[in-house]
Amino acid sequence: MKGFRYLKDVVTLELDQAACIGCGRCLEVCPHQVFSLAEKKASMADRDACMECGACALNCPVKAITVDAGVGCASGMINEWLQEHKLRAPSGGCCS
Amino acid sequence: MNYMVPPGLYAIGRPTPEDPVLVTANYKMSYDIIRHTLSGRNLWILVLETYGINVWCAAGKGTFGTGEVVRRVTATGLARVVNHRRLILPILGAPGVAVHQVARRCGFSVSYAAIRAADLPEYLDNGMVTTPAMQQLTFTLYERLVLVPVELVMALKSVAIIAGVVFLLVAALAGLTAGVTVLIAYVGAVVTGTAVGPLLLPWLPGKSFSVKGVVAGLIWSGVFYPLAGGGAWGIPTTIALFLALPAVSAFHTLNFTGCSTYTSRSGVKKEMRIALPAMGGALLVSMALLLAGRFL
Ligand code: SF4
Ligand code: SF4
Repeated sequence: MKGFRYLKDVVTLELDQAACIGCGRCLEVCPHQVFSLAEKKASMADRDACMECGACALNCPVKAITVDAGVGCASGMINEWLQEHKLRAPSGGCCS
Repeated sequence: MNYMVPPGLYAIGRPTPEDPVLVTANYKMSYDIIRHTLSGRNLWILVLETYGINVWCAAGKGTFGTGEVVRRVTATGLARVVNHRRLILPILGAPGVAVHQVARRCGFSVSYAAIRAADLPEYLDNGMVTTPAMQQLTFTLYERLVLVPVELVMALKSVAIIAGVVFLLVAALAGLTAGVTVLIAYVGAVVTGTAVGPLLLPWLPGKSFSVKGVVAGLIWSGVFYPLAGGGAWGIPTTIALFLALPAVSAFHTLNFTGCSTYTSRSGVKKEMRIALPAMGGALLVSMALLLAGRFL
């Protein structure tokens, strides 16, 4: 995103180009212009810009995209971790 | 407080069966913004049940999702109200709604229009074409500013508890003045991490939010030190201050990743694995130093 850059090489976004049918849907839904399309195949033009929202994976009609999407805030993740360990989680956090 | 609009089909102006259908969440603010930006036009608005949560968060949870779109289209009998078979959705709803599934399950095709409701008039006037600018997420100073109060309120409860405990402990051990000093230092570090960090985001060094928070916290420590008469403190206390306050600020700035529009979950996870132990360590060392400074 213009003016902002997060960590490099951390996202879980993967594209299976062989499966791609070039519909262009992933370009439409991505808020960070991660994909580009050439000769009926999508490619990851700017993978590090991905925020792992999951929109592309959900909307790809042939499931060519995978990404581990989910809450991206620290307190949300601490809550998740606490719940996984069967501890009572405090309320609050992003999107709660 | 009621942030909800009952889900269902609404009309703006006097829409005909030919007019477009816009889909939104039943978060009152989203609904009001759409109604306001589109007043004077004729169109339909399909409000989904997202339990008063905005489109982005609801899409992440899946309540603004394929199932709810299909359910609402069916429940309102939309297919009998309009002649066309097209729904217009906000781009930020895409993490919850699979276009091909909606088409298969209720026969409506979905077009993702724009990220911001403010772009809807242009989108509609342009023959429903999304321009690159409408697709680009931003995170302007203003967009960050409006998030800060929400974040402060959200942090309030836990911060009040921690502040109370810290204040009582320090006041009991070292007297009232020390208690008040620590209280101000702590609350200042929280506000720095929650407000200053996010506002100065693009200008603070580093890519990682915790590093940005540490820098903001160091600035606060530098401001607080002379104000609190730090010159009279011993070295252990001074080091303790410069360790603990940046750690507190860093935590709160790191937490802002939840509101930011460009951080990934994997990135935040990676940051947390390093930052949380570092913060905890800094706080422990700082406490040890304070105790040492007191009893040596
Ligand atoms: S997960 Fe979201 S941000 Fe990442 S590439 Fe897909 S649509 Fe874009
Ligand atoms: S949505 Fe899937 S099939 Fe369509 S262009 Fe993107 S990767 Fe290819």
